[in-house]
Amino acid sequence: MERSEFNNGLRAGLSIAIGYFPVALTFGLLAKSTGLSLFEATAMSIFVFAGASQYISLSLVTAGVDPLLIVMNTFIVNIRHFLMTASLNEKMQPAPKPIKAAYAFGVTDETFSVIATSKQDKVSSAHAFGVITIAYGSWVIFTALGHVIGANLPLFLQAAMSIALYALFIALLVPSMKGNRKVILLASLAALLHCFFYYTELLSTGWAILASTLLSSIIIELLYAKYGLAPIPAVEKEES
Amino acid sequence: MGPTYWWMLFGMALVTYIPRMIPLTVLDGRKLPPLVTGILSNIPFAVLGALIFPAVFYVQEGNFLFGLIGAVTAFLIAIFGFGLMTVVLGTIGVLAFYSLFM
Repeated sequence: MERSEFNNGLRAGLSIAIGYFPVALTFGLLAKSTGLSLFEATAMSIFVFAGASQYISLSLVTAGVDPLLIVMNTFIVNIRHFLMTASLNEKMQPAPKPIKAAYAFGVTDETFSVIATSKQDKVSSAHAFGVITIAYGSWVIFTALGHVIGANLPLFLQAAMSIALYALFIALLVPSMKGNRKVILLASLAALLHCFFYYTELLSTGWAILASTLLSSIIIELLYAKYGLAPIPAVEKEES
Repeated sequence: MGPTYWWMLFGMALVTYIPRMIPLTVLDGRKLPPLVTGILSNIPFAVLGALIFPAVFYVQEGNFLFGLIGAVTAFLIAIFGFGLMTVVLGTIGVLAFYSLFM
C-alpha cells in the first residue's frame, strides 16, 4: 500500500524531473563559471533546493554582494512557501510531525502544485515523498552533471525546454478549471494581480507571487462567502 | 570560495527550510475556522495563475511570441484531456520545432 503510493508519487513527479533537467543543468554550468567547485555547487542544490533563489545567489556572489544580504534575499524569495505549506497542511493525511518536517524540505513551487492539485481528497505522506524524491533527485543530479560536463544542450533544445515548468503548471491548472468557475476566477485574478505588480514594479517577484496568491484566495473566498453559490446556477442555466 | 560560502549556504538552507516546515508542523492537527480553510484550499489554483503569468511570456528574453506559442500549445494539449507528460513533452516538441525552423 505504502509502496504503491510512493510509486504513484514518483510517476506524478516525473514531469517535474523533466522540467528541472534544463534548469538544474544550466545552474551547474553557471555555478562553474561563477567559480564554485563541483562540491560547492552540488551542495547548494542538496541543501537549499530552491531554483530561483539559487540562481539569484549566483549573480549576487558574482557581484560581490554581502553573503548576509544574499541569505536575506533568499528568505524573501522563498517566503511564499509559507503560504503553500499552510495550504498543503489541509490536503495531507495526518502524519507524525517528524514525517511532515521531513517532506516539508521538498516543497517547491512545482512539487506543491503537483501534490496540492492531486485528485485524491487527502494525500498520503508516501505519495508526497514519491513526488519529492524524483524532483529532488533530478535537481541534484543534473546540477552536478551541468558542472561536470560544463556544456549546455543545443540552443534550440535549451530554448524549447525553458517552457517545461510553465507547461507543467498549465497542465496542472487546466483540468481543475474545467467546469469550475471558482478555479478559473482564482487563477485569473492571481494572474492579473501578479501582472499588475510585475509591470508597475511595485513588488519584487517573491513578494509579488505571495501577495497576488493571497489576495486572490481571500477576495474570491469572501465573494463566495458573501454571495454564496447563488449567482452561479443562474448563469450556468444560461449555458446549458 | 572558502568558509564564507559555507556559512552563506547554511543560512540559505535555513531560511528556505523554515517557511516550508513551520506551517506543516505548527498547524498540524489544529482546527481552523471554515473561512481560513476555504482560503487555504484556494491557494493551489491562485498560485498556479501567479506562477504562470506573466513569467511564461519571458522564458526567452525579448521573444514574447515564443512564450505565447508555448502557453497556447500547453493549454490546447491540456484542454483535450492529455496528461502532464504529454503536455510537457508536446509543448517542448512544438517549441523545438519552432526554434529550429522559424
